[in-house]
Amino acid sequence: MNFFHNIGLYIIMLQKMLHKPTKWKVMKELILKDTEDTVVNSLGIISFVSFFIGGVITIQLALSMTGSFYPDYLVGFATRETIILEFAPTIISIIMAGKVGSFITSSIGSMRVTEQIDALEVMGINSINYLVFPKVIALLLYPFLISIAMFLGILGGMIACVYGGYSTMSAFIEGIQTDFVPFHMTYAFIKSFVFAFILATVPSFHGYYMKGGALEVGKASTKSFIWTSVSIVVFNFLITQMLLG
Amino acid sequence: MIRVKNIKKSFNEKPVLKGISCEFEKGKTSLIIGQTGSGKTVFMKCLLGLHKHDSGKIIFNDRDFEKMNDNQKMELKSRIGTVFQGSALFDSMTIEENVMFPLKMFKNIPFDEMLDRVNLVLKRVELENSNNKMPSEASGGMQKRVAIARAIVNNPEYLFCDEPNSGLDPKTAIVIDNLIKEITEERNITTIINSHDMNSVMEIGEKIIFLKNGILEWEGSKSNIFKTDNQAVTDFVYSSNLYKKVRKMYQKK
Repeated sequence: MNFFHNIGLYIIMLQKMLHKPTKWKVMKELILKDTEDTVVNSLGIISFVSFFIGGVITIQLALSMTGSFYPDYLVGFATRETIILEFAPTIISIIMAGKVGSFITSSIGSMRVTEQIDALEVMGINSINYLVFPKVIALLLYPFLISIAMFLGILGGMIACVYGGYSTMSAFIEGIQTDFVPFHMTYAFIKSFVFAFILATVPSFHGYYMKGGALEVGKASTKSFIWTSVSIVVFNFLITQMLLG
Repeated sequence: MIRVKNIKKSFNEKPVLKGISCEFEKGKTSLIIGQTGSGKTVFMKCLLGLHKHDSGKIIFNDRDFEKMNDNQKMELKSRIGTVFQGSALFDSMTIEENVMFPLKMFKNIPFDEMLDRVNLVLKRVELENSNNKMPSEASGGMQKRVAIARAIVNNPEYLFCDEPNSGLDPKTAIVIDNLIKEITEERNITTIINSHDMNSVMEIGEKIIFLKNGILEWEGSKSNIFKTDNQAVTDFVYSSNLYKKVRKMYQKK
């Protein structure tokens, strides 16, 4: 019952987010600040994780593809498919649910606990529009992060593959170019946009409607991570079934 | 002027406000007092529109709050200044940005003019040269003064203060009380203060409203509160040892 109540509340929050917009001059500043907090400040962790996980994926693929039966380019091909289709858009989004999601929930939750949201409301400001909408707009740049994750994942894989002695540079590059389906990129970016929306709104929901004190802010962050991850996994399945199934 | 008619509010079918009616006069400081759990904060949140009351009317200058449309409510709220119990300053903004916030949101005036108004109110609350400090760098008393500055920067018609001197030492509490009183008189604001501090009653209360278990138990002036026969009010007023001793001294005289 509580689950359906929360779904309803989430939909109401999305509706309210579009009502009574904040003054554009103020909104512009909020969008820039949220872009820095959510996108720019995530570049480091995303680059680091993508590069090394790309390397690990390639090593594991190469180790399981030994023998003359497998063509040399197959490691590059499999690395590209794994990273573009699943690792970059989905796994990075789950990592972002931990990093950005927790940040959003705890910052909005702290505002709730310290009555800052009440202060906005009594001034006649639509606090949901003021707090959530700029995050949704800022995270429209999320596919840019995913592109970097794709590039660095494949680069990490190539370096691990070539310098680990599993294959040659030319074979790996041949693999990357073999049977490339451009729609897979479209599919990955559609997923990224949907996950970006989830990353902005689900943690905001948990922060905005939290009740209690400082301890509950921590609990809300944990809850937010779980529900953001669950939503990403469920929508990943639905989008894959709709677009590739 | 604010008129409240038979306000009722329940949470999970538990009544918190059981039909409160009263009036807050223009240009006067009214204090809502009562023990913890008496319904003071809920009552104030209903007046501010943060809680939707179950029944009754709240009338701001002959206009029923519930019958106003969104734009009218927004316009009214822009004329209300609020000081929260914990100050509720935006911790990602400097003191200057906090005070400038209502102007940025509601006024289309040049930045220099906004800055002048901010500096004027900061001077009024004796916080000149604190513009670039963050709220976390300010003491509790300073934070309260910043909250007052933010509340009055837009020249409000109404000022609501929820426990404005809670957590402050007695001396600073008196400074805050006096500041609110002076600002109310200077700007002819209708001020409503939630408090359980008898010092505030002594310092600034022109009209006192005493709540008990969600009911308006007693209302009257500052001088009358020490003469009333109402047992609940007497128990509240003389609950501290200091006031008991003062009372005994007067009785002996």
